[in-house]
Amino acid sequence: MKSMPLAESWQTAEIPGPKKASLIIKPDIADAMIRRAKRPVMIVGHGAVEYEVEGIKLIECLIELAKKGKIPVVVTASTAREFLNRGFTPSALMPAVDIGNRLTDPTWKGLDGKDTYDLAIFVGLPYYMEWTILSGLKHFAPSLKTMTLDCVYQPNASWSLPNSTIKDWAANLRDIVKNLGD
Amino acid sequence: MNKNGVNLRIKEFRSDIAHFRDLSISIGAITKESWSEPMGPTPFPSLTTFREWDLKLLARYKPFYLPFCDLCCMCTYGKCDLTGNKCGACGISMAAQQSRTVLLATCIGASTHTAHARDLLTHLIRRFGKDHILDVGGLNVDIEAPLVRLVCGIKPGTLGDLEEVLDYCEKQLTQLLSVTHSGQEGNNLDLESKIFHTGMIDHVGMEVADIAQISALGFPKSDPDAGLADLGLGTVDVKKPVILVIGHNVPPATEIIDYLKTQDLTTEAEVTGICCTSLDMTRYSIKTKIIGPISWQLRYIRSGVPDVIVIDEQCIRADTLAEARQIHAPLIATSEKNCAGLPDRTHDSADEIVSDFINRKMIGALILDPVKVGEVAVRTAIAIAPKRKKRRTLPTQDELVKSAKKCTQCVLCRRACPNDLPINYAVKAAAQGNLSGLDEIYDDCVGCGRCESACPQKIPVHSLIVAAAEKKTREETYKIRTGRGPIQDLEIRKVGGPIVLGEIPGIIAFVGCANFPKGSREVAEMCMEFAKRRYIVCTSGCSAISAGMYRNEEGKTAYEMYPGSFEAGGIVNVGSCVSNAHISGAAVKIASIFAKRPLRGNYEEIADYVYNRVGAVGVAWGAMSQKAVSIAAGFWRLGIPVVVGPHGTKYRRLLLGRSDRDEDWYVTDARTGDKVYAGPVPEHLFFAAETKEEAMVMIAKLVMRPNDTSKGRAIKLTNYIDLHKRLIGGMPQDISLFVRKMSDIPLTMKEDIENILKKTSWNEHEIPDPTLLARMIRKSREA
Repeated sequence: MKSMPLAESWQTAEIPGPKKASLIIKPDIADAMIRRAKRPVMIVGHGAVEYEVEGIKLIECLIELAKKGKIPVVVTASTAREFLNRGFTPSALMPAVDIGNRLTDPTWKGLDGKDTYDLAIFVGLPYYMEWTILSGLKHFAPSLKTMTLDCVYQPNASWSLPNSTIKDWAANLRDIVKNLGD
Repeated sequence: MNKNGVNLRIKEFRSDIAHFRDLSISIGAITKESWSEPMGPTPFPSLTTFREWDLKLLARYKPFYLPFCDLCCMCTYGKCDLTGNKCGACGISMAAQQSRTVLLATCIGASTHTAHARDLLTHLIRRFGKDHILDVGGLNVDIEAPLVRLVCGIKPGTLGDLEEVLDYCEKQLTQLLSVTHSGQEGNNLDLESKIFHTGMIDHVGMEVADIAQISALGFPKSDPDAGLADLGLGTVDVKKPVILVIGHNVPPATEIIDYLKTQDLTTEAEVTGICCTSLDMTRYSIKTKIIGPISWQLRYIRSGVPDVIVIDEQCIRADTLAEARQIHAPLIATSEKNCAGLPDRTHDSADEIVSDFINRKMIGALILDPVKVGEVAVRTAIAIAPKRKKRRTLPTQDELVKSAKKCTQCVLCRRACPNDLPINYAVKAAAQGNLSGLDEIYDDCVGCGRCESACPQKIPVHSLIVAAAEKKTREETYKIRTGRGPIQDLEIRKVGGPIVLGEIPGIIAFVGCANFPKGSREVAEMCMEFAKRRYIVCTSGCSAISAGMYRNEEGKTAYEMYPGSFEAGGIVNVGSCVSNAHISGAAVKIASIFAKRPLRGNYEEIADYVYNRVGAVGVAWGAMSQKAVSIAAGFWRLGIPVVVGPHGTKYRRLLLGRSDRDEDWYVTDARTGDKVYAGPVPEHLFFAAETKEEAMVMIAKLVMRPNDTSKGRAIKLTNYIDLHKRLIGGMPQDISLFVRKMSDIPLTMKEDIENILKKTSWNEHEIPDPTLLARMIRKSREA
C-alpha cells in the first residue's frame, strides 16, 4: 500500500470545514489527554471486534486501556458479548446515536449520574457514522473533547490518530496503553 | 371556466336598474357533495395548522443534529462558517441550517412524488377521461383514499376529482419551499414542523398517484394473492431482444407491453426493469421481469444484456447515456424532467426514429409520447439485437487480470467507496488471477461506481467486479409478489383490534432505497424474521425488490414463504414508491374503521390515535434519496417511528427520545384527564442503527405503545427480549421502563425480569387511555 496522507479524511469526500481534528502524532499525546480528563468515557462500536494484529485482538487492547485509564465503556450494537466473553463488563450498552445525543446535553450527569463527561473516546463505529456523530458533538457539545482511536483520520474529532496501516496502528495503540500504566 | 371553477368578467353592463363596469365574479370549485360524514376541523390544512401537534412530538423527540458540513453556501454572503455557536451572515444558526437543509430535502422528495402524480394523472385523464371511476379494491375497499379524506376532507370518486387534491399539494409545496429562502424561518423547531407538513403532503401526493394508476391501468386491486413475478438477472432470456426500463413513471413501459401484445410479439422479446417502474410494470403485466433495485443499474447495463434502454423519471443514473453508449444500446428518454441532452424526436415518425437508431445516426432520443416510445423501443430492440448480441461488453478473465495489474494500491477506490469495501485488496488478488475478492465485493456493492471514477489508473473497477461475479449474476433467479395496492377494509377489520391491543406485535414496513451497508440480503433476512414472529411485514419500492433477492435454507424467497395478506405473518408488497401511501393509509384506516374515529379533515385526532395505539414502525435500511426522507417525514407526523441504516445519519439530524428523562413520557388519560407516566414508547421517532442486529432489536422495541394491553405488551416484550438475547447478548438493561404491571411480564421470562425489577426502583403504574390532545379528554379534572 502506498503511503497515505496522515490527516485527510479516510473517505475522500468527507471534508467537514474549517475546524479539523488535531493529529495524534505520537502515543504520548493521547495519554496526556486521557490523564488530563476528569471524566472520560469510551464508546466502542462493532468494528472493534473485527481487528486482530499479530495474534492480539483490538478489543483486548481496549479492555486494557479502559482498566488502566479507569474509563467507563459504552458498547454499541452487538459488541457487548465480546467484552463479556473476556470477563469485562461494560458500563452500558447503548446505540451509538443514543450516547452521542446524550453527550450533547450539558445537564446529563453521565452513566453513573455523577457529572458530565469531559472526554469521549470513540473507536470501531462505521467510518461515516462516527464522522457524523463526531460532527454533532463538535457543534453541539462545546464543553466536550473527543478523541478517536481508529486507524483512520476522523476530522470532526478534537484529536484523531492518523491514517495508518493496521500494523502501525496496533503499535500505536499498544504504546498508548503501555504509557498509561507508567 | 377552468378546472377549479368559474371566472366571469363583464366589461360593461347597462340595465334599467343598474350599470356595471369591470365586474368580476369568481366561483370556487363546484363539487357534488355525496359524503355524509361531517367535515372535520382541519380540511386542506396550511403550514401552521398542526404546528402545536408537531411541537408536542418535537418536545419528546428533540433533533440530534449531525451536520454534514460546517458551512452554509446557499447565498453570496457565504460561505459562512457555522461551527460551534457561530451564526451565518443572515443570522442563521447551525441547528436551524440543518433543519432548513432537511426541509429542502423533503421539499425535493415531496415535489418529485407530487409532480409524478400530476404527470401520471394528466396522462390517465387524457387517455381514460376525467370521469373514470376510482376503484382500488371493489367491494373490499370503501375508503379508497384514506389520506386524501383525512387531509383534504374530500372523497374522490373519479380521476378528475384528484386534480383538486394535487392543486392543494402543489400550493403547499410552493409555500414550503419558499420557507427555505434566506431570511425566512430561522427557528429550528418551526422548520422541523414544516418538515412534518411536507411529509404529510408527500403521502397525499403518493396516494393520488397510486390510486389513479391502479384504477386506470388495471393493477391488482388490494389483492393479497397478487401473482409472483420473476426477479433477477438470471431470469432473463438473453437470446431474445431485451428492453430495459428504469425509473418511476410507468406509462412508457405499459405502452411497450401493449405494442408487443398488439403485434403478437410478447414471446419474442423480454421487457425488463429496474427500480419502481419495474415494480409497476409487473402490476400491469406479470410476464415482465424485475432485474433488481436502483443499485443494479450499472451492473445490468455493463452486463451488456439490454438492447434498448428506456428511462422515465427519478432515481436514474445521470450517466445512463454514456453507459448505454458503451454497450451500443440506444437510449430513449421519455420525461420532460429528464431529457438527458437528447434531440427531441417526439413529432417524428416511428419509422424515421427506428431507422436512425438502426443506422446508428443517433445514440438516443427524447420521445415525449408514450405510445410512440412503445413502438420505437420494440422495433429498435428487435432490429438491432442480433448484431448486438455478438458483442461482449464485460472484460474477459484475461482482460480483467491485465487491468488489475495496473493497480498501484493507492487505495483511492476504497476511500471512495460508501461502504469502505476492501476493493484494493480484491484488485491486488485479481492481478494474480484470484477473483474471489471481487466476487465477494459484488454482494455488498451499492453500484455507485465511485471506485472507478476515483482510480487514477483508469481501471474499470466496477466492470471488474461485475465480470468477476458474472456466474453469480446468471444465478439471480428469484420471485417477488407483485404490488397489491391498498389494504382492504375487511383486512383492517380483522387485524385492527389485535394490533391496537398489541396482540399482533406490530406492523413493520421495509421501504426506501438500496444504499445498504451490507447488501440486499439484510433486508430479506429482517423481513423473514419478523414475519416468522407473526408481525405484519409490509414492503415497497426498492426494499420490496431487495426483500425478494435472497433464498432461505429451503431455497425459497420471502414472498414464496409468506402470504401477501395484511395479517400476522404476512409479507405485503404494496408496490412502488408511491404505494407507500397505502402503509400510512392502513394505519389511518385502523383508526377510522376499527376505532370508528372520524376521518374527514380530522388529521390531529387520527395522528394522536396512531401514535398512541398503532404499533407501526418504518424501516428504510438503505435510505439514500430526498424522497426517502420525505416519506419518513410523513410517517413522523403520524407518530410512526422510522429506523434507518448507518448511512441515515447523513440526513443531518435524528429525532431521538430520552428514556432516562421520566418527565418526557407522560400522557393524558382520556378517561380522567390525569397525567400518567406511560414509559418511553415509542422511544425514538427517527433512529439510525449501526448494524442489522441493532436495528432488529430497536424495531421490536419501537412497536410498543402506551395503549398496549398487558397481554399485548407481554408479546411485544417477548420478542424484544428474545431478539436482544440472540442478537445483542443478554437481557436488555432497560426492561424496567417497559413493564407497567406484573401482568405485562411474559410468563416464560418471569423470574429473569422480576430479578431485574427488584434491582431498580420499579413500581406498578396505570395503563392509560392515552392521548396528547386536551380536547380528547372525556371527563375534565374539574368535573
